[in-house]
Amino acid sequence: MSGTHGTNTTAGPGVGPTPPEATESTGQAVARPDAIEAVLGRVRAIVPAEGVISEHSRLRTYECDGLAHYKVTPALVVIPEDARQLAGVVRACAEAGVPFVARGSGTGLSGGALPRADGVLIVTARMRSVLDIRAEDQRAVVEPGVINLDVSRAVAPHGYYYAPDPSSQQVCSIGGNLAENSGGAHCLKYGFTTNHVTGAEWVSPDGDVVQLGGLAPDTPGYDLLGAVVGSEGTLGVATKVTVRLTRLPEEVRTLLAGFASTDEAGAATSAIIAEGVVPAAIEMMDALAIEAAEAAVQPNYPAGAGAVLVIELDGAADEVEHEFAAVERLCRDNGAFEIRVASDPTERALIWKGRKSAFAAVGRISPDYIVQDGVIPRTALPEVLREIAHLSESSGVRVANVFHAGDGNLHPLVLFDESVPGSGEAAEKVSGAILDLCIKHGGSITGEHGVGIDKAAYMPRMFNDEDLDTMQLVRCAFDPQNISNPGKVFPTPRLCGEVPGKRKGVHPLQEAGVAEVF
Amino acid sequence: MSETRASSRATENAAARRALEEACGRVEDATEADLVDGVQPDLVARPTSTAEVSEVMRAAAAHGLVVVPRGRGTKITWGAPPARADVVVDTSGLDQVLEHAAGDLVAGAQAGTRLAALQEVVAGAGQRLAIDETVPGASIGGTIAAATSGPGRVATGTVRDLLIGVTVVRADGVVAKAGGRVVKNVAGYDLGKLVIGSFGTLAVVTEAMFRLHPEPDARSYVSVPVADPAEAHRRTQDVVHSQVVAGAVELDWSAGAGTLTLMLQGVARGVEGRTSTALRVLGDSATASTRAPEGWGRYPWDLGATGDDRRVDMKLAFALSGLSDVLTAVDAAGVPVRLRGSAGAGVVYASMPGDTDVAQAGAVVERLRATCAKHGGSLVVLDAPAAVKRGLDVWGPVPALDLMRRVKDQFDPDHRLAPGRFVGGI
Repeated sequence: MSGTHGTNTTAGPGVGPTPPEATESTGQAVARPDAIEAVLGRVRAIVPAEGVISEHSRLRTYECDGLAHYKVTPALVVIPEDARQLAGVVRACAEAGVPFVARGSGTGLSGGALPRADGVLIVTARMRSVLDIRAEDQRAVVEPGVINLDVSRAVAPHGYYYAPDPSSQQVCSIGGNLAENSGGAHCLKYGFTTNHVTGAEWVSPDGDVVQLGGLAPDTPGYDLLGAVVGSEGTLGVATKVTVRLTRLPEEVRTLLAGFASTDEAGAATSAIIAEGVVPAAIEMMDALAIEAAEAAVQPNYPAGAGAVLVIELDGAADEVEHEFAAVERLCRDNGAFEIRVASDPTERALIWKGRKSAFAAVGRISPDYIVQDGVIPRTALPEVLREIAHLSESSGVRVANVFHAGDGNLHPLVLFDESVPGSGEAAEKVSGAILDLCIKHGGSITGEHGVGIDKAAYMPRMFNDEDLDTMQLVRCAFDPQNISNPGKVFPTPRLCGEVPGKRKGVHPLQEAGVAEVF
Repeated sequence: MSETRASSRATENAAARRALEEACGRVEDATEADLVDGVQPDLVARPTSTAEVSEVMRAAAAHGLVVVPRGRGTKITWGAPPARADVVVDTSGLDQVLEHAAGDLVAGAQAGTRLAALQEVVAGAGQRLAIDETVPGASIGGTIAAATSGPGRVATGTVRDLLIGVTVVRADGVVAKAGGRVVKNVAGYDLGKLVIGSFGTLAVVTEAMFRLHPEPDARSYVSVPVADPAEAHRRTQDVVHSQVVAGAVELDWSAGAGTLTLMLQGVARGVEGRTSTALRVLGDSATASTRAPEGWGRYPWDLGATGDDRRVDMKLAFALSGLSDVLTAVDAAGVPVRLRGSAGAGVVYASMPGDTDVAQAGAVVERLRATCAKHGGSLVVLDAPAAVKRGLDVWGPVPALDLMRRVKDQFDPDHRLAPGRFVGGI
C-alpha cells in the first residue's frame, strides 16, 4: 500500500486492497478491555468529562486521519486541556501498558494518526493557545494544537511569520507538524519544521515531562529535540513548542511560466539553480494537473501548456529584483512561451490557487486518486518523469504530476475509478512503482507526508535491517514498552530487551569512580 | 598486582592488539601526541574505510576496549577528559570526498576529510558547504561531533541544518545509515541529529552527506563601535529586525566595549544596496569594507595553546533579549574576559586567563551560566587547563539527562565510547 487515497465522493475501506499488516499494527487483534477500563478510570479523574469520549458512535469520528483509506475505531478518545492533563493520560497508559496515539488536526497523509483499536487517541485540539510571542528573541511558544497559519497571523503585527507552510496550513497543527517534520512549498529556501523548532516541552512515553531544547540554540547534550521532530508520534507527545520566527521579507515576487513540456520546465529549473539563485519556491504542474486545476478553480494558466512553473522569490528588494530578471531570462532561454508576473497580492494568490488546490482538483477529472509523495535528486527529474509517463502508458493508469521541482519532491496523483474492477489495484501498482523509481534514483520514499502506517512496508527498500535496527535503538530509549503510536514507521518492532525504567541512585560510571557528577 | 595477574593482563593486551591488527592494517602504539586531554591511550588504530572501522569496533568490543574516536585531533581536548582511553580510532585515513552532485547542491565525504578539502572540491562549481571552519584543519567528522559553528550560522544555520545523511559505526561494530542524499526526506529517524555534538560518545561517524549553497557573488562587512552592553544590544536588535538580511551579525567584545560587524552576501547589486541600508540603520559611526575584520570567525583564544597554556574557553548561548545582561555579567566577572561570536544568533564564545584561580574561574562560570540560563540558554566550558576543568562543572546542568542516558545505554551499553567526556558523565 502506498499513497493517500482521495476521492470526490467518500473514501471507504473498500478502496484498494486491505493491507496485510492492518490487524497486527492497528491493535485490532489484541484489545484488552480491562486495561482500557483501568485507563478510563484514571483519565476521568484527570480530564473533564467533555474531554473523554468512550461511546462507540462518537469514537468513530476519529477513526481516520487525512489518509481516509485506513480506518480503526479507537478504544478511547481523550482531549486534554493542558500539559498536566496530557501527561497524566500518557502516564495512565504507560502504567496499564495501553498504547496511545497523538493526533493534532488529523490532516496527515500517511496514516500517522491512525488510532489503535486497543488504545487511546489523545487529541490536542483543545490545547490551542499561543502562549508567548517573543519578537525580540524571534521566537513564539505555542501549544501543540495551535493551527500552523495562526502562528503567522499572531506574529505578523511584529513583522514576523512562521516559515514552514504545508499546503494544509489553514487547518494543520503545530504539534502534528513537529511529529511529521512538515515542509511546504517554501522549504526549498527556508527548510522544514526541524529547522524552525528550537524547543519543546515533551511528555515521554512513560508520562514524564521533560524540556528539550529551549529559547536559545545549541542546548548541550544529545539533540533529543532533533530526534523527536519527524518521529511521527513514536517517541512521545509535545505539550509546548518553541518555534523560530522569520522576518517577513521586504519583497515577494511570483511568476508563472508556461512550457511545451515538463522536459523544458525541468531544464529551466536546473538552469535557475545552476545560476546560484535560491528561490523561495519552484513548483511544477504537468498537463493533466493543469487540466484538473482549470476544471476546479480556473486559474487561467497558459493555454496549451504541457507544464507550468510557479516560481517565487523573496528577500531584500534589491536582490529580488535582480534575481527575478535572471529567472525570467532563464525561463525564456529554456522555452517558456508565456510568462506572467503577479503585479499584486491578488494576482499572486490566483497563481498559487491553481497549485495549492491541485490535489483536490484532481477529483474533477477522476473519481478516485492516490496522492503519492516521493523524492528524487533534482537532476533526475526529466528522466524520472519520462519513466513515470512510460509506467502510465504501459498500465493505462493516468498520472498527474504536481511537485516541488526545486527540491525534487514529487507528488504524482495516480488516478483510478473504484467502480471499475481492478482499477484500484492497478493504481496501487503504479503508485508503488513510482516509489521504487525514487529509491532507484537515490531519493526517498517520503519527502513530507511521512511513513506512518502507509509506507512502513516500504522502509526496508530504503534502509537495511541494521539501519532500521539502529533507528529503533532510539525508540527503545524513549519507549521501551512500545506504546507510543506503535505500528507506525517501522515494519517490525524491535525487542528492546530489558525495560530499563528510571535509573535510581548513581550512574554506573559514577559508581566506578570514572565520571564526576555535579 | 601479582605477577600472574600482570602477565595475564599482558597476554590479554597482546590478544587485543592482534585483534585490532587483523581488523585494520595500521595499528600503532600511542605516543604523547595521542593524549586525549591528558589521558594516555595505549594504541592508535587508523582504519581507511567504514568496513575497517566496523572491524576495529568489533575487535574493541570483543576485548572490552574503551575507544575514543578522533578526526584530525583539532578539538580532542574539548569537553571533559575521558575516564579511560584504550584505543584511539583515528579517522584521518577516511579522507575521500565521495560525491559532489553540483546540480543537486549536495556533497558527501568520509569523516576524516578535512572540511577545507571538501570546500575546495565544491568551490569548483561555485558552491560551498555553509559551515565555517572555526578551527583550521578540522575534519568533517570532528566538526559534526563537536557541532562547531561560526558567523555564517545567522543565515545558513549550523551542521544540524545542513547534514542530510550519515553513516555511523556503532560501539558493537554494526554499520548503520540514516537520511540519504536528497535534502527533503522524512523517512525514518534523523540519527544525524543525535550524533551532532555528541563528542564521539554515541557512535563513530564515517561518512556524511550535506546540502550545499551557492557561493555568493559578493560580500561586504559593515562595522560599528558599541560603547556599552546597552548599545550592543540595541544595535543588534536594530539589525536583526531590519531588512538588511545579514549573513552574519558578529560582536567582538572586551573591557566593556566592542565592535558589531554585519556581513552581507549575495548578488553584487543587492549587497551594494543592503550595505547602504545597513550604514543607515547603524548610524554615522558605521563603516563598510569588502574585507572581513581581524579575527573574523576565530574563537577569542589561541588555538595553538595546549596544557596549562590554555585559557578557559567557553561557549555561551542565550535568547537574543539576553545580550545586554550577558555582556554586563561578562564585564562584572572580575577577570578580563574576551568575547566574540554571533550576537545575531545568541551564540558567543568567551575566554578568561588560564591562570585564573580555580575557585574564581568556577565562580565566574557559575555566574555567567546563571545569566545564560535566565535567558533560556546555557554555558559550556569547551576547554581549560586540567586543574580548572577538575574544579568546575564543564557541561553544567542539562535537562532531560535521564533520557540522554537511556539513549547512550541503547547505543553503547558497555559505555566504551569516550566515557565521561560528555554531559552528566556520559
